[in-house]
Amino acid sequence: MSESLSLMSRMRGRILCGTAALALGAAMPAFADESHYGGTLKLLGVSSEGTLDPMINYTARYWPLFIWTHDGLMAFKKVNGPESAEVVPDLAEDMPVLSNDGKTYTFKLRQGIKFSNGKDLTVEDVVASFQRIFKVSSPTSGSFYNGIVGADKCLAEAATCTLEGGVIGDAATNTITINLVAPDAEFLYKIAVPHASIVPADTITKDAGNEPIPGTGTYAFESYDPNASLIMVRNPHFQEWSKEAQPKGYVDRIEYTFGGTEEAAVNAILNGQADFMYEPVPTDRLAELSVSHPDQLRVSPLVAWWYAPLNVNIAPFNSLEARQAINYAVDRDALVSIFGGPALATPVCTILPPDMPGHVDRCDYTADPGEFWSAPDMDKALELVEASGTKGQKVTVVTDDSVTSRGVGTYLQTVLTDLGYDATVQSISGDIQFTYIQNTNNNVQISVTQWYQDYPAPSNFLNVLFGCDSFTPGSDSSVNMSGICDKGLDDRMKAAMALGSTDQEAALREWGDIDYDFMKLAPAIPMFTPKDVDLISARVGNYEFTSQFHWLVGTAWVQ
Amino acid sequence: MLPETDSHALSPAAAAGEETGARRGPWKRVFQGLIASPTAMISAGLLMLIVVATLLAPVYAKHVSGTDPFRSGLSAKIKIDGKPTPVMQQSTEGLGLGVTPIGPTWGPQYMLGADGQGRDVAARMLYGGRNSLLIAGASTLICLFFAAIIGIAAGYSGGVVDGVLSNLIDMIWAFPVYLLAISLSIVMIGKSFALGPFEISSGSLIVPILIIGLVYVPYVARPIRGRVMAINQSEFIMAARGLGIRRWKILLRHILPNVSTTLIVFAPMLMALNIVTESSLSFLSVGVQPPNASWGTILQDGQTLLYSRPWVSLAPGFAIMVTVLLLNLFGDVLRDVLDPKSARGR
Repeated sequence: MSESLSLMSRMRGRILCGTAALALGAAMPAFADESHYGGTLKLLGVSSEGTLDPMINYTARYWPLFIWTHDGLMAFKKVNGPESAEVVPDLAEDMPVLSNDGKTYTFKLRQGIKFSNGKDLTVEDVVASFQRIFKVSSPTSGSFYNGIVGADKCLAEAATCTLEGGVIGDAATNTITINLVAPDAEFLYKIAVPHASIVPADTITKDAGNEPIPGTGTYAFESYDPNASLIMVRNPHFQEWSKEAQPKGYVDRIEYTFGGTEEAAVNAILNGQADFMYEPVPTDRLAELSVSHPDQLRVSPLVAWWYAPLNVNIAPFNSLEARQAINYAVDRDALVSIFGGPALATPVCTILPPDMPGHVDRCDYTADPGEFWSAPDMDKALELVEASGTKGQKVTVVTDDSVTSRGVGTYLQTVLTDLGYDATVQSISGDIQFTYIQNTNNNVQISVTQWYQDYPAPSNFLNVLFGCDSFTPGSDSSVNMSGICDKGLDDRMKAAMALGSTDQEAALREWGDIDYDFMKLAPAIPMFTPKDVDLISARVGNYEFTSQFHWLVGTAWVQ
Repeated sequence: MLPETDSHALSPAAAAGEETGARRGPWKRVFQGLIASPTAMISAGLLMLIVVATLLAPVYAKHVSGTDPFRSGLSAKIKIDGKPTPVMQQSTEGLGLGVTPIGPTWGPQYMLGADGQGRDVAARMLYGGRNSLLIAGASTLICLFFAAIIGIAAGYSGGVVDGVLSNLIDMIWAFPVYLLAISLSIVMIGKSFALGPFEISSGSLIVPILIIGLVYVPYVARPIRGRVMAINQSEFIMAARGLGIRRWKILLRHILPNVSTTLIVFAPMLMALNIVTESSLSFLSVGVQPPNASWGTILQDGQTLLYSRPWVSLAPGFAIMVTVLLLNLFGDVLRDVLDPKSARGR
């Protein structure tokens, strides 16, 4: 029995089609699932990535773990494929009741849920958790949660944050009421990410660092040494209340080991010593692995983009013609080949990635304008550079020190040189590059970076990356790296966000138009949208992928 | 760490040009000693060959390979057996993942294959070698210059001057060389800066030259100081003092010539060390900045192609190894012929 089930699990792993896998899963008898419970999942990472505090950590490495240790009132569905972009009630019993013109959300809290330390979940915990977002200065406190009534006071004086009138718990009715300053169509997304995790009310109100914070998820962190490992074990108090929101995980234990190299990780996985590596598979192993171990590779689309922000406030890209010129000149196919070829990336011309709601296939900066990018138009680019009067100026492309980023930077240097600029590349450590390129004091003219969705809403790209509120001169947290602030477009974005509460379709159409109008101003070079490549061990079954949190480690089994 | 040099150089009298009874001048004797050594001749000849080859880099790139080694060639194609072949080859087997640069053709174009940017590795090797040798050579001169000044000033002056300079040397010595070099590099490659009237851009080769030149100063200055102190106590210096010769004259006519041999012995070994240091810094992205090349940057480029295109790493690694070996061999012979106590030096 076990052999046939094992074979079936491997087959399911290979099929890797969301709906097919779900259908198979549904069709499988209950005893088949039971046999998969248990074992240890071994993950590898070259390095750890900071604090274990779910309200502070903002990394793609740990978010996929936090969703298994902590819950919010809402959660993204933990299922394979596009359905994973939907939010479902998690610690809330049902979808919230909206009132007050979409400004008030009322949640009924589930009963009988315990934290991993054995304490019961109460409305006080929920209220305290929302306050804690501000008390620990969560990186998204000012962007995701600033619309809650009382948030402005909390942002000004974090230590005494009460969110008075904003988040109200009623123990008698077991409800939580959240009042917003204005309707926010994306609010449910925002409270479904790890920064809105519900933690015990007595949790310290500062960064917990390496100390695990109790959660309600199927797993709990047992230990964390950033230089060695992160261990997750089953939460002894967990009882599955919603398979969509927080299913019971298959493996008993997850061991995340830090250190080593990507090459060593590949070898460990192929040898069956580990099950997964966080870092991308080294590019020079891809061709070989795609032939020798195709059944252990998983390629999945991402809602993300690689782009080059163009600083619109300093020369030469304070000239619209100069920005448009480089957009015309860049060969997206060449950039795709740096990333690993067309099977791993797709050229893009817009800010919104293809799988993002609101995206419209439109491309002006190409030899043959239309829906898609076709080829660079060097003649047009050279004309624009001449017209801009910026020819001969010095330009430095700032990249991080990863292979792909440096490769893209070197390619851009070639293009800029062809356009007549005196171009150089500056590679700086990936640890600091992202903040370095945000700070206007560093006078970065053009850089290479990426953005992955936090939640599936167009504002998460357009408003966050190009909105006036995201531009803070002199700050390391100025994610609008282009420094563009177009009042007209900014007002349209705010209107589109409000429109989303009442007419989602119309709002998405407007976002598509805003995207197009932003690209007329060319504040960045959209390069490509990447795909995720995971290498897993032969024993891993039921691999499921979401564009939100990538591989769902909890739904995978190893036996 | 630099090798200990026990060179006693030329005899004091010989160095001062006062050798009596000898038919050969000291430098002529050194030259003849080198000529007589097959090791010195072979290593010097091969080193010369490497230098000439790297100087011909533009000629090779333009007329032989026909590529620009500083331009991305991601969409380039070359003819192999009359068929146009893409330099970056998309995998077509299995899942079709990955793009691999073309491997060694052993022909004029892409003789050693292409790197991840589709650039001709052979052409970059020559340009990279030119930069590596330039940085190593220039930093060696800078290091010897400052080390000589500090070492002689400390050793000859003694007292407070010696105390201050020696402590300064010790302080710098306390920092691990690579940690100091990396720290300086990170600060200096970040932004352009002014050096007197000159504006040094962040990607300039002057940055690694200065850094490498300065971090090894204590390692050379310390033995120079010791050598000067030893010479200062020798009889012929005391005799010169007794005769009333002025201090600066003693320094120029007696101390400096004796110290110069120590510096000469240091030169090839220091240059070998500097080649390795430059490569290490460039490998760590804090030396030569892209798109410029050095053997270290090519090593770094090849690091991610070790599995599929090992030649991208092997070629610069081999070049570094051979050059360092030749410099060390030459340096050994040079030390022997400059040492009057050694068999070859007599």
